[in-house]
Amino acid sequence: MAASEPTIVAFVCNWCTYTGADLAGTSRLKMAPNVRVIRVPCSSRVSPLFIVKAFERGADGVIVSGCHTGDCHFVTGNYHARRRFAIFREIFEFLGLDPGRVTFSWVSASEASKWRQVVDDTTARVKALGPFQAYPSPREAIAP
Amino acid sequence: MNELRELARKLLADGAVRVVIGYEDVEVPGWPEEGPRSARPAFVISPDRADRLVFDSRCVHNLAVYLKRQRSHLAALGKAAVVVKGCDARAVAGLVRECQIRREDVVLIGVRCGGVVRDPRLGPGLTEENVSERCAGCEDREPKLFDHVVGPMPPPPPVSTRAGRLTELAAKPAAERWSFWSEQLSRCVRCYACREICPMCSCVECLADKGRPQWIDCSPTPRGNTGWHMMRALHQAGRCVGCLECERACPEGIPLGLLQRHVAAVVEQRFGYRACSDPSVPAPMGTYRPEDGEEFIL
Repeated sequence: MAASEPTIVAFVCNWCTYTGADLAGTSRLKMAPNVRVIRVPCSSRVSPLFIVKAFERGADGVIVSGCHTGDCHFVTGNYHARRRFAIFREIFEFLGLDPGRVTFSWVSASEASKWRQVVDDTTARVKALGPFQAYPSPREAIAP
Repeated sequence: MNELRELARKLLADGAVRVVIGYEDVEVPGWPEEGPRSARPAFVISPDRADRLVFDSRCVHNLAVYLKRQRSHLAALGKAAVVVKGCDARAVAGLVRECQIRREDVVLIGVRCGGVVRDPRLGPGLTEENVSERCAGCEDREPKLFDHVVGPMPPPPPVSTRAGRLTELAAKPAAERWSFWSEQLSRCVRCYACREICPMCSCVECLADKGRPQWIDCSPTPRGNTGWHMMRALHQAGRCVGCLECERACPEGIPLGLLQRHVAAVVEQRFGYRACSDPSVPAPMGTYRPEDGEEFIL
């Protein structure tokens, strides 16, 4: 992959989006190859710190995706997650970081084409924003 | 003042409480002898020492912090009475709301408050420059959660000249905000004074102290500092009572109050929750409404 290709980490819920992404794969949909999928039990398993950590460790963009509201396998998980993501997004933006680097979406198990859309849109947006270089890594910060 | 001392003496003499946590007048080493004096937290355990207690505009500290479970050495003293301003009472309500303490385990001595100073070194006078910005538009000048309330109601404080700095910063373009915050946060030495002084930072083991997994870089680098302050702002969402003690405690003078006030404003706007003195109101991050806004979710 060329150096300018962004790295995107996707935290997807096991019950909807992971299955939807799987459907996209078995349906042989073509989509941007920049996304690394991490499967979690529920979108509410995604602490906003996961997103912070992903950026710290070199991600240029992050996708968090789960079941549509009302469809959560654990009934209320994504409602709680939604509040957390709303706050995280506001903090991220208030600090001056670009909220366009973080995509939140609801993708159900049957929405393979929506997943492709989310992946392609996020990749294009993050590519336009360039690499995430808000702060140097500790090694660079300490070096004279 | 006499009312406060009388009450403290009576509570201690009757055995209703074992310790009264309040404020006392103190000389600060290094400050000129004739100059302003400061106030500091005082722990009164004997009725004849109740005369030490004072309350005035220098009493900036949020004493609810001594009710946190981490302060087990204080709990060992026995049942406590705490002198609370309106903002401190909100913090006590927050601790009760989140089951950190039981309401009946603490006696609250509410004090009617006419505002506190931002920095006691500038003297006790409540001027526009020196009044704490948390006092602007305060609706809890008489605490709303108390067992006893003492003192006359002082006149309302002037509005701080710093009260508008949040809107100023929020109106700036993103790049300017980031250069502001990256400069401010780069000064953080990770002493965690903001956490220690915060009554709502009540985790027995902080995530920042965990080594496995290590969520936050422990060295004071730009990356670790940003992570730490983002995490604290996240965890304070729906908890922060707006006492701005984190900003006062910060040895580097990082304007943490801006971040906390912004998050509190977002919580109020999105979830209709404002830190209040009623422990029965559920914490916003522990609940949800199906109609919560999701305009940012695809």
